[in-house]
Amino acid sequence: MNAFLSDTRHLLIRHLRTTIRIPIWIAVTIIQPVIWLTLYGQLFRRVVEIPGFGAASYIQFLTPGVVIMTALFGSAWAGMGILEDLTDGVMDRMLATPVSRAALITARVLHASVTVTAQSIIILLFGMALGARIPGGLPGFAAILLMGALLGAGFSALSNGLALVTRREETLIAVINFFGLPLTFMSTAFMAADLMPGWIRRIAGANPVNWAVDASRQAMLGGNWSEVVKTCLMLLGFALVSVWISTQAFRAYRRSS
Amino acid sequence: MIAKAREITFTIMDAIVDAIVIENLSKTYANGVKAVDGVTLKIKQGEIFGLLGPNGAGKSTTVRMLTTLTAPSGGGAQVAGCDIARDPSGVRARIGYVAQASGVDKWATGRENLALQARLMRVPSAEVESRVTRLLQWVRLEEAAQRIVKTYSGGMKRRLDLAMGLVNDPGVLFLDEPTTGLDPETRAALWSDLIRLRKERNLTVLITTHYLDEADRLCDRLAIIDKGKVVVEGTPAELKALIRGDTVSLEVGEEAPRAVDLLRSVAGVLQTLQDGATVIARVEQGATALPVLITALEKSGVAVRSATLGRPSLDDVYMHHTGHRFTGEAAK
Ligand SMILES: Nc1ncnc2c1ncn2[C@@H]1O[C@H](COP(=O)(O)OP(=O)(O)OP(=O)(O)O)[C@@H](O)[C@H]1O
Ligand SMILES: [Mg+2]
Repeated sequence: MNAFLSDTRHLLIRHLRTTIRIPIWIAVTIIQPVIWLTLYGQLFRRVVEIPGFGAASYIQFLTPGVVIMTALFGSAWAGMGILEDLTDGVMDRMLATPVSRAALITARVLHASVTVTAQSIIILLFGMALGARIPGGLPGFAAILLMGALLGAGFSALSNGLALVTRREETLIAVINFFGLPLTFMSTAFMAADLMPGWIRRIAGANPVNWAVDASRQAMLGGNWSEVVKTCLMLLGFALVSVWISTQAFRAYRRSS
Repeated sequence: MIAKAREITFTIMDAIVDAIVIENLSKTYANGVKAVDGVTLKIKQGEIFGLLGPNGAGKSTTVRMLTTLTAPSGGGAQVAGCDIARDPSGVRARIGYVAQASGVDKWATGRENLALQARLMRVPSAEVESRVTRLLQWVRLEEAAQRIVKTYSGGMKRRLDLAMGLVNDPGVLFLDEPTTGLDPETRAALWSDLIRLRKERNLTVLITTHYLDEADRLCDRLAIIDKGKVVVEGTPAELKALIRGDTVSLEVGEEAPRAVDLLRSVAGVLQTLQDGATVIARVEQGATALPVLITALEKSGVAVRSATLGRPSLDDVYMHHTGHRFTGEAAK
């Protein structure tokens, strides 16, 4: 257990260090959400006027959607990092040491959570600058960060698992392109649930992205805390199942190499 | 009763004396390639053992099984007293491994790479700093220690790989083509360092290489493997002594294929081989055979442009056992 914790810590530091050293990553991290918020905020500004939309301003509505969407896309690419380690021989070098196997996956999942949290803070602050309000206060703010982090943990674990099974960048890119936008649009990130076609609403009910978007909006308003807690637990479940899947993928990878 | 006790003592002694015991080790990959086919070897503590063989012979696969990276499909092995299948973590803690392809993290500095490797190898926290500094000096990377590895040259990366393999003071070191891509000076430095480590700490080294001069000078014993099987094993001197006679190399140009046929029927010729424009013949007595061979060729209209005479080298040993010339193989 001690070895697991200490290995996880050192590997997490390594991943964070790598992230900081790739300046383009930082630039994209900051610029992309800014573009989302300003562009979509302007483009769909008048959507709120549709009867039944039920939100005060679109930026208010959009901000939690962009937080969660960024959490999804920020973590879905996590598998690229493990592929880089496979091709660079870094994975083999580490597997020939007594390093805790679980730590190799856990550190990557935690890394995704940490970077997603940093992105979420930037987006929330920028959204507030554009006029979004958080009546839910600090607890609301923290709850959104937590849900983003849990969602990021889950998708980064799935991404790592897929990378380990397919061992090809192309596959990972294709899968993310195929599922990324539908996962986003089959949620209330951009459109109120009441205005969605029934079948999309039903799919959205099984979509962790949608859980997180809905509950983030609740947390922002600070009203329905029991719903927020319930969603946090569901997202925790999603993250744990995903981590379990990726550890199985890792086991399969080690057996087959 | 006494006999029994002695037997037990002997097995324990064996376990201590042999750093690596490989028994009938085999590996068939999922795609059906039989990469290693029943390799059996014993490597003593403090020995530098070379594994030679053409591309695809199964050298890396053997090393990967011994370092617990790949599960064998048959047979087994003990490394540093631990069974690779039953106690893989025991093996991992006691070995150093330098893979054929570099395994350094290109986004970290040399120092960070070594420090993380030290942590993962369970080096006590208090010792990490000093050990990293010492190793950086040893591989002459102090100057570049704070630079990101992405900016390193191939040779610098290789030297860092070597330092990483030694960070836990291993009892057994696996080096898979460690000197490929190194300049002659660094190669020579590595050889003397390995010999020093062996002397000071009784380090066991299993090294695969494509350089016969390296194997000849560095290795106490070596094995040539081909198509996943050990074809011959012994000290470099023993292997050379196994090959009778001298080698005569005759440069004949385009006529080489015909010259090989002609030489084969000359009395006293033990083996012939074509190597490009040159034919090589192994004979009992080089000095007496040389004029005979040249006359035989000239009589049939094959002009000999030059002739050299030599004692069997490791290259000839290799040729004898695998049927192809080593240098040609490595150059491919
Ligand atoms: N992961 C793998 N999956 C399938 N086949 C493999 C794999 N790795 C190696 N092989 C095959 O196994 C055989 C032995 O390969 P190996 O890498 O052990 O040879 P080698 O002696 O190290 O060669 P080289 O001198 O080129 O490094 C080759 O035919 C190779 O194509
Ligand atoms: Mg190899």
